[in-house]
Amino acid sequence: MVEDRRLGDAIAYVILSIGVLIVAFPVWLTFVASSWDNPTIINGQLPLYPGPYLFDNYYRILFVGTSGSTREPVASMMLNSFVMALAIALGKIVISVLSAYAVVYYRFPFRMTAFWIIFVTLMLPVEVRIFPTFKVVSDLNMLDTYQGLAVPLIASATGTLLFRQFFMTIPDELLEASRIDGAGPFRFFKDTVIPLSITTIAALFVIQFIYGWNQYLWPLLITTKDSMQTIVIGIRKMIVTSDALTEWPLAMATAMLAMLPPVFVVIVMQRLFVKGLVETEK
Amino acid sequence: MAQVTLTHVKKVYAGGVEAVKGVSFDIPDGGFCVLVGPSGCGKSTLLRMVAGLETISAGEVSIGERVVNAIGPADRDIAMVFQNYALYPHMSVYDNMAYGLRNRGTPKDEIDRRVKEAARILAIEGLLERRPKQLSGGQRQRVAMGRAIVRKPQVFLFDEPLSNLDAKLRVQMRVEIKKLQRALGVTAIYVTHDQVEAMTLSDKLVVMNGGQVEQIGLPADVYKKPASKFVATFIGSPPMNILPGTIDGPGIVALGDAILEARDLRQDLPAQTAVEVGLRPEDVEIASEGEAGSLPFDVEFIEELGATQLFHGQLAGLPFVMQAATDVVAAQAGRIWITIDPDRVHVFDSKTGARLGRV
Repeated sequence: MVEDRRLGDAIAYVILSIGVLIVAFPVWLTFVASSWDNPTIINGQLPLYPGPYLFDNYYRILFVGTSGSTREPVASMMLNSFVMALAIALGKIVISVLSAYAVVYYRFPFRMTAFWIIFVTLMLPVEVRIFPTFKVVSDLNMLDTYQGLAVPLIASATGTLLFRQFFMTIPDELLEASRIDGAGPFRFFKDTVIPLSITTIAALFVIQFIYGWNQYLWPLLITTKDSMQTIVIGIRKMIVTSDALTEWPLAMATAMLAMLPPVFVVIVMQRLFVKGLVETEK
Repeated sequence: MAQVTLTHVKKVYAGGVEAVKGVSFDIPDGGFCVLVGPSGCGKSTLLRMVAGLETISAGEVSIGERVVNAIGPADRDIAMVFQNYALYPHMSVYDNMAYGLRNRGTPKDEIDRRVKEAARILAIEGLLERRPKQLSGGQRQRVAMGRAIVRKPQVFLFDEPLSNLDAKLRVQMRVEIKKLQRALGVTAIYVTHDQVEAMTLSDKLVVMNGGQVEQIGLPADVYKKPASKFVATFIGSPPMNILPGTIDGPGIVALGDAILEARDLRQDLPAQTAVEVGLRPEDVEIASEGEAGSLPFDVEFIEELGATQLFHGQLAGLPFVMQAATDVVAAQAGRIWITIDPDRVHVFDSKTGARLGRV
């Protein structure tokens, strides 16, 4: 049996390694491309090892900007993306924790109606409601602002559902013990519900941060100034489809940089994140 | 410390389900009242109404001199121990006990003093920094008790606090709860479905069934003179034998061919009235064949319980269980003769289940 298990392990590792290769190869290629100069890539002679222009390319893209397509350096785009992703993630968490708390712990008329209305919005993603949303945002003079980027994406049924499910696993006795201990609804929320939800909050934060960071359509519509561009839009603008030459090393460097913050968030929150998604103990 | 009085307390849930159908009793200051009954009998609902966790549909609950119907649970001066302990999982043992006092604005040094004292009484001083997750069931139980003690409440409420513990620990904690309640002199209301806990802990036993009180009294009285067939079968282990019989004369019942004297039976019942006769397995004595008043009992099999043994078989053709000391030797199957003290024959109305005792 020991031999069998070793063989099984070996097969598992082989399959895993193939998977990792498939996922990692494009990333490696991007990284390599970001370290050469444009002629090497255009000629179709991109080697599989990093070249000599690594620091030059990254310095230029971060602080100077490309020559033609985008005038803003990537550092400011990253800041825009970061602010937007953070605002969306935090906004979603605050709104969904509060709405889930109301739906689970309060008895008010049309409670379930309210819940179902929230639930139904799952069927209406940004793309479906994009014109009315654009109209509202532009009427509120929020075009080319951080508010305009973040607020319409904050409303979240997913978060409300996630927290609702979690809150329903908190034993009723805990609420009752709190009531006997003289904790009102707000104290119970602050002292018991939030500390117990930390892992769920972390999981939601990771998911929503990446969701916000990867937004494409909405920022494309409502930002016109270069200074408000997000990095995803920036990459898109660098890849020129008309007769100009695409500066591939710079576009690839931007893509590498765009990957870093989500990766960083996942690594930092990993333990809490996994716990939040699988946790069953109370 | 206070007297608790319930007056015609009712609970009607939305939808019209009547969980508690008008219950009245009072618990003297420092008394230990146990509410016992099968699940769904309304005992927990009643306790939760005293705690303020359920609204009172009708009637009045007062603690001390104060009617508490409209007072929130935090201001009723009560403390509650829950079945699953309901400890805050993210707080240390110390914080669990201190939380209620902090919310009340008790000064810090006073909180510290009270928590330490409670920890000393319950022998959990070494656990104050731990989280509930790191504690055993018995330790969690103690912390839950500690959380109740530090409040210095007028009334302790226990909602099946021992049902999550193993049998051995349950017996141990049962004794400790009783000792603690005596030492602190606090009025206690204790809900359980375990009749052994009910008998041992209470000095006022309230047996409930179907949202109503079946009997209230000292545990010994409830055991000796159950007011109904329900109480008779619920209190006592192994349960009382209930056999169909008829009235054969004043103070005499017939079980098939056998005749039995029942001293407590009402004298005015007409002969041939159908009744139910209750005989506790432990009230049965072994007699010699042909002894006056002895009944034939056909033993079918024997269960050894260690301290005692149970004989299962047929009494006058009806299934019957008796308890005997271990030194009684009987054949695994065969006829023996038994007698029953006429004072310990219980007779119940065959329709209502009410005790047909002397008034």
